[in-house]
Amino acid sequence: MQGFISLFQAAVFFGTVIMFGCIGEIITEKAGNLNLGVPGIMYLGGISSLAAVFIYEGSTDTPSSAVCVLLALLASFAGASFGGLIYAFLTITLRANQNVTGLALSIFGSGVANFFGGSLNTLAGRFEQISVPVTSAAFRQNIAPLANMGIIGKLFFSYGFMVYLAVILAIVTQLFMQHTMTGLNLRTVGENPQAADAAGINVTAHKYLAICIGAGICGFGGVYYVMDYIKGTWANDGSIEKLGWLSVALVIFATWKAKNAIWGAYLFGVLYWMYLYIPGLTRASQEIFKMLPYVVTIVVLVFTSLTNSREKQPPAALGQSYFREER
Amino acid sequence: MAKETKKEPLIRLTKRDGMPAYKKLLIRCISLLMACVICGFVIYAITGLNPVEVYSTMVSGAFGTRTRIWSTVKEMMMLACIAIGLAPAFKMRFWNIGAEGQVLVGGIVTAGCMIYLRALPPIVLFSLMFVVSAAAGALWGLLPAVFKAKYNTNETLFTLMMNYVAIQLTSFFVAKWENPFGSNTVGVINQNSQEGWFPPVMGSRVFMSADIVLILAVLMFVYLKYTKHGYEISVVGESENTARYAGISVGWVTIRTMLLSGAICGLAGFMAVAGASHTISTSTAGGRGFTAIIVAWLAKFDSGAMLLISLLLAFLQSGAGEIASKCKLNSYASEMITGIILFFILGSEFFINFKLMFRKHGKEEA
Amino acid sequence: MSEAVISLRNVSKSFGSVHANENVSMDIYKGEILSLLGENGSGKTTLMNMLSGIYYPDHGEIKVNGKVVNIRDPKDAFDCGIGMVHQHFKLVDVFSAAENVVIGIKREHGLDLRGVSNDIRKICDKYGFVMDPAKKVYDMSVSEKQTLEIIKVIYRGADILILDEPTAVLTPQETEKLFDVIRNMKKDGKTVIIITHKLHEVLSISDRVAILRKGEYVDSIETRDATEERLTEMMVGEKVELNIERPEIKEKKIRLRVSHLSCYNSDGLKVLEDVSFDAYGGEILGVAGVSGNGQKELLESVAGLQNSMPGASIKYYSPDDDKEYELIGLTPRKIRQLGVHLSFVPEDRLGMGLVGSMGMSDNMMLKDYNEGRSIFTDKKKPRELAEQILNDLNVVTPGLSTPVRRLSGGNVQKVLVGREISASPAVLMTAYAVRGLDINTSYTIYRLLNEQKKAGVAVIYVGEDLDVLMELCDRILVLCSGRVNGILDGRSAKKEEIGRLMTLVSAGKEKR
Repeated sequence: MQGFISLFQAAVFFGTVIMFGCIGEIITEKAGNLNLGVPGIMYLGGISSLAAVFIYEGSTDTPSSAVCVLLALLASFAGASFGGLIYAFLTITLRANQNVTGLALSIFGSGVANFFGGSLNTLAGRFEQISVPVTSAAFRQNIAPLANMGIIGKLFFSYGFMVYLAVILAIVTQLFMQHTMTGLNLRTVGENPQAADAAGINVTAHKYLAICIGAGICGFGGVYYVMDYIKGTWANDGSIEKLGWLSVALVIFATWKAKNAIWGAYLFGVLYWMYLYIPGLTRASQEIFKMLPYVVTIVVLVFTSLTNSREKQPPAALGQSYFREER
Repeated sequence: MAKETKKEPLIRLTKRDGMPAYKKLLIRCISLLMACVICGFVIYAITGLNPVEVYSTMVSGAFGTRTRIWSTVKEMMMLACIAIGLAPAFKMRFWNIGAEGQVLVGGIVTAGCMIYLRALPPIVLFSLMFVVSAAAGALWGLLPAVFKAKYNTNETLFTLMMNYVAIQLTSFFVAKWENPFGSNTVGVINQNSQEGWFPPVMGSRVFMSADIVLILAVLMFVYLKYTKHGYEISVVGESENTARYAGISVGWVTIRTMLLSGAICGLAGFMAVAGASHTISTSTAGGRGFTAIIVAWLAKFDSGAMLLISLLLAFLQSGAGEIASKCKLNSYASEMITGIILFFILGSEFFINFKLMFRKHGKEEA
Repeated sequence: MSEAVISLRNVSKSFGSVHANENVSMDIYKGEILSLLGENGSGKTTLMNMLSGIYYPDHGEIKVNGKVVNIRDPKDAFDCGIGMVHQHFKLVDVFSAAENVVIGIKREHGLDLRGVSNDIRKICDKYGFVMDPAKKVYDMSVSEKQTLEIIKVIYRGADILILDEPTAVLTPQETEKLFDVIRNMKKDGKTVIIITHKLHEVLSISDRVAILRKGEYVDSIETRDATEERLTEMMVGEKVELNIERPEIKEKKIRLRVSHLSCYNSDGLKVLEDVSFDAYGGEILGVAGVSGNGQKELLESVAGLQNSMPGASIKYYSPDDDKEYELIGLTPRKIRQLGVHLSFVPEDRLGMGLVGSMGMSDNMMLKDYNEGRSIFTDKKKPRELAEQILNDLNVVTPGLSTPVRRLSGGNVQKVLVGREISASPAVLMTAYAVRGLDINTSYTIYRLLNEQKKAGVAVIYVGEDLDVLMELCDRILVLCSGRVNGILDGRSAKKEEIGRLMTLVSAGKEKR
């Protein structure tokens, strides 16, 4: 039982990071843009929040938790959206290839983040390991009375607020896509930009907004990773990159529906941490087990291409740039 | 209803029919220059160093000494090799994002040969490493290709996932071959006996890898331009319907091309392990598999251009590394600068493909 | 007529070096049904696209209700009350009818699909449409999709409707229904512009006809003063009797025998049903039918590009050794390796027949690049062939290595037909060989086909213009819904008879 609880919790921690990334990427892809820059964007989101609260916590003796949280979220959204904006400008306005631009953004984002992550202390003239204790504690604050309610409390209420924010965002995104005019227009842009244009929808504006907001949400994945997952410090070990790519995989797994991202993310978490709970594994064979989320995604990918269901396909114009006067 | 106040749009776009080569070159050079200026500003903002000084530091960091030149060349050749491997796949419009994994599996089997078969005569060992690394890379490329050919499975995402399967596989072998125990690294393989290492030529072990890559570059150029296979790749990349009409088996060409693409990427892994680091880790490919995609794309799959762009990126990496160590910053600065430069080059393509028309004078602008 | 709702003054638009419209000035009056008539490529669609905000004019001025307007995008067009139904439908496949209607509209109540559905039903009742608001577009037939497009435009409150070739994809019955709807709209005070090149439709539906020729405005006349001859004359510029040569058949030898051919398309719909016919060397066999009734699949089956149902047979009778070969189940390459001389000019020239990014030379070897043992391609022979075609057919191109995509439509077709004929075929199949070509190039193509016929080749000519089919072909096979509705003698067939067979759907058969 104890094993189950800790696996469940580990899966939720892990799943929350990629759920943010996945929701952001779903919004982006629904507008017809395949942004392979998710890892870079998550990096940008993570480092922006870390840098902002690092400076804030260093500047005052009594940092306020609320200010810390707000600052972290705002900074990450701004940083990540900036990454999205670069991508949007290149692919929409300058019509560069989406895949290539996304990869360049991944390189750029990981460069910027790891550079500052590794140099923040040096630049600030301090020498210890970077840390933002107040912010991290605020992010990890669970719902105290509920979290102590035995197993139920441990399973469902022992997490920081970002875990619930992710689920809420997923539900809101799902409702937004299915039941609002703006959501419908956005999906039209991703399915058939010509049709959207002819219907008077501003394709460019919708794409820009979707990419920037999507990127901002991806950035929350970075914040959650930095503040909660690794407890308010920085690690140059490429984990965010790995998680970023898993988010992209999760979009496929969820068949472009935000509601599926919720359970999909936790399932990926379970698959990823399962090796810890299987007895008799050597350190080497554990690594084989860590392949599971990727292998499962491949299987899902193959399976969806086999079934060919109309409702489970990617947005029809995904990856194409739109030029009205094309002929 | 009618809107008299609305003005004609400020800027309008039209597609260009074509552009003379010198103009294309000029646009690319201008974009590169602008990127360098921006990077200079960024560096100045962070470090407070004089940008001109920064660039001269970079040049000396990349080409200052013989060792530095070789190390820059090594980096360049790795990138170029992977890009050459990717070129046929991308020309066929097959999005092989999986070079990272293909390099890694090539590296794994090379390391395996060095560890288990060190007793073999050098020639045999080398040939064997060459063959098995290519075969391993090819296998990694084959899988997504087969599913693409048979069920039209999205190859971008499939190859992407294969990268991580390869990374975990590498972690597995690193744990298995750990040396010394507990270090979680493989260490330098055959440190003393140097079995399976590329022999030094002209004072550097890089020489041999460089030769192999240059030969590959020439072969790939000829392959794409003058052979029947190359012709088929062009046709499939342009339109599958045309390929079917011409009697080309799209599935078979996809599979064959990905075998080749994966094999060359596997060879890059061979060179990375046997020719450079003499060890294997999850960072053996180190993101080059992704960077090389951009190299191949920007070079429009032309061997010469791929070598040039690789040189540029290798220069940036070595140069930025120098600045970082001088200012006690970390070497990720190079990725940042690489990113900025790539953005500019990618953006510059727009001015080659489109013409801007401004409202007032309706004048053309490059 | 009353006042002009739209006035165009000196409107020009060009794409690269191609002038699609030059100095067009014309008026459209309130409450009229105007036909915009012109040949393929005369600039009708481009002109209308400038009214609907898809293109922006290079020069000139557009007035709506007397005021100068700048229509920069479709939204501006809607604001001016202009709505256009494009030839290529702008619908989202995975959306329902109601969702497609409502996209892009600012609504007070958000996405209220039930309300939209009610509005759609009201529109249907008013003008006489039939449409289920919940139906997904991917389940719709072509005519349903068109209906949906028209509802979409009306729902947006357009007073001026532009319909681009609305009847091209419809059966005569559907066309009649559409015309009834259009008349209802006119009664309702709306202005309707129909782009078309079908004369009889022009005469039956419109009040006035405006004619474009080579991107320029020619004139307009009241329909009651118009006759087919007069319109044709205005359209082509000079009195043209087709006068296509039809040499007598010298010797008729069987070359191809298709029997019991049935096949399904990728959506699982039956597109060919039990098709049987013979094609003879020394004659031109025409294939008539509304486009999309199985013509494409028929030719592709013979060329080895379609899977057919069991029981079918396609026999080829070789002129070399008088042997017969079964082509069913063979790939194009296998067919060629058997020594079958089959040439095929497909409908999609740049997407199937040629490689757009390659030059003329490289395109010449598309089908036989693989000959010989060498691993290298032979560049010399294709270059010589390209030069020969360049000279023989007067292809206009900057050079042999200029991507063929950059050539004009006529020159692209010359390159394609030239290559296919150069392979000295025994059977030559062409699909819509003169679509979009100017008169001169069309006649060049007819001449080439007749030369092939005289040389004893079995020519199969899939066409859409009945006049051409009747003057060029020796026999005419009529396809409808994938079935052969009859094979007529080209010399004695009546146009009405062909038209009837083209639209005769056999009892119990569902239309596609």
